[in-house]
Amino acid sequence: MLALQGASREHTTAFEKLGANVRQVRQPQDLPDLDAIVIPGGESTTISMLLESSNTFDPLAELLANGLPALGTCAGMILLAKEVLDGRPDQRCFGQIDIAVRRNAFGRQVASFETDLDIENLDDPFPGVFIRAPGALALEPSVEVLASVKFDSGEETPVFCRQENVLVTSFHPELTDDLRLHQFFLEHL
Amino acid sequence: MADSKSGSDSKVGTVRVKRGLADMLRGGVIMDVVTPVEAKIAEDAGAVAVMALERVPADIRRDGGVARMSDPAMVEGIQEAVTIPVMAKARIGHFAEAQILESLGVDYVDESEVLTPADEAHHIDKWAFTVPFVCGATNLGEALRRISEGACMIRSKGEAGTGNIVEAVRHLRSILGDIRKITQADQAELFDWAKQLQAPLGLVQEVAETGCLPVPMFCAGGIATPADASLVMQLGAEAVFVGSGIFKSEDPAPRAKAIVEATTHFRDPAMVAKVSRGLGDAMPGLEIGELETKLAERGW
Repeated sequence: MLALQGASREHTTAFEKLGANVRQVRQPQDLPDLDAIVIPGGESTTISMLLESSNTFDPLAELLANGLPALGTCAGMILLAKEVLDGRPDQRCFGQIDIAVRRNAFGRQVASFETDLDIENLDDPFPGVFIRAPGALALEPSVEVLASVKFDSGEETPVFCRQENVLVTSFHPELTDDLRLHQFFLEHL
Repeated sequence: MADSKSGSDSKVGTVRVKRGLADMLRGGVIMDVVTPVEAKIAEDAGAVAVMALERVPADIRRDGGVARMSDPAMVEGIQEAVTIPVMAKARIGHFAEAQILESLGVDYVDESEVLTPADEAHHIDKWAFTVPFVCGATNLGEALRRISEGACMIRSKGEAGTGNIVEAVRHLRSILGDIRKITQADQAELFDWAKQLQAPLGLVQEVAETGCLPVPMFCAGGIATPADASLVMQLGAEAVFVGSGIFKSEDPAPRAKAIVEATTHFRDPAMVAKVSRGLGDAMPGLEIGELETKLAERGW
């Protein structure tokens, strides 16, 4: 669990309920022997800066490039993306999933919303909690879009994507009691 | 492809999205800024959000007079300068200022004792808003009253504009100490706690059950150094607000970055030592005993 800034506690609780051992990562010495990494919601510019200043960015990037499974929510989605459409010029991303991301795609906090999401392979809708959420754009056919949200304009934005063992969501499953996405991630490591 | 609509079945301004943004700010630093240039410096330093205001608390204290909501043009200038969340302050009880800030699209409204209160009996009904609110508190009863009015984040008040951490420590210890006591209380004692705290029984019972406030609890008022940030985080704050402490110091940019680092690595003294080196002078501090106005006494 990357725990430099943001909502790592809720993810930790969710994974511990499912029986996983969770270790907090703040520095390079926390990285060895991880089976997977979770990058939680928070402020992507802040997390990106703290990854650099703690010298964690490069070793984590190497682990990811060698196939470390990853789950990214909100800011985590931005950090795992190939491209950030409106980020800061110095904002670095891991480029582990071939999507382009638009930060705050749904607007400011007053536009933050909850909606029921239909997710591929899930029988019942999933409670989607979107907070100043990013939107994705799949750049390669190998990116599976597992859920989307339709804007009032009719345009659809992917909000849950998967490419091999990298899973990203615009919304916050960790802020709900629904553990199905955490379970899904553990099953597909 | 699965498909959901953001129209009929989607809800804005729910408790979950309001408290959720506060959750996303945890472990971060929210910085007071008075110009777009300062907002950029704050963002560059790794702030998770900025608080847009016309004068930092140290200047409000020095200048005196009535302190009000900022000019909307100034708030908008800061919103355009940065991509991180922008907060702004409304006077206690001044719901019209809060409505204006909501219409500007600020991400959080701080119903703040740093400004001159507009109502001597009533805080804003924060449930009536889509935008979330943060409120200050000096003790657990005050925190729970604000939460019962709809606040989605609590910050210890401290004594803003002093560069003196002592009041923030007092307030944090009071709130968190009482929470620890409540978790040990039996059901009959909780009725008495609710009476003593002048807080709704339901919230008191919830705190007794969970051992924490139902909303994130941040610290404000007097943080001037990386060590201050580490102190309040170790005491149990989940994030810090820095008001005058950055832009009233000798060299704001490196100090801002150092406080961000110390807030993340607050349990690692070697890291806090490393970032504390060579920052120049901190803001000049004030003795609490010599203050004419105690801002923390505003609100109830």
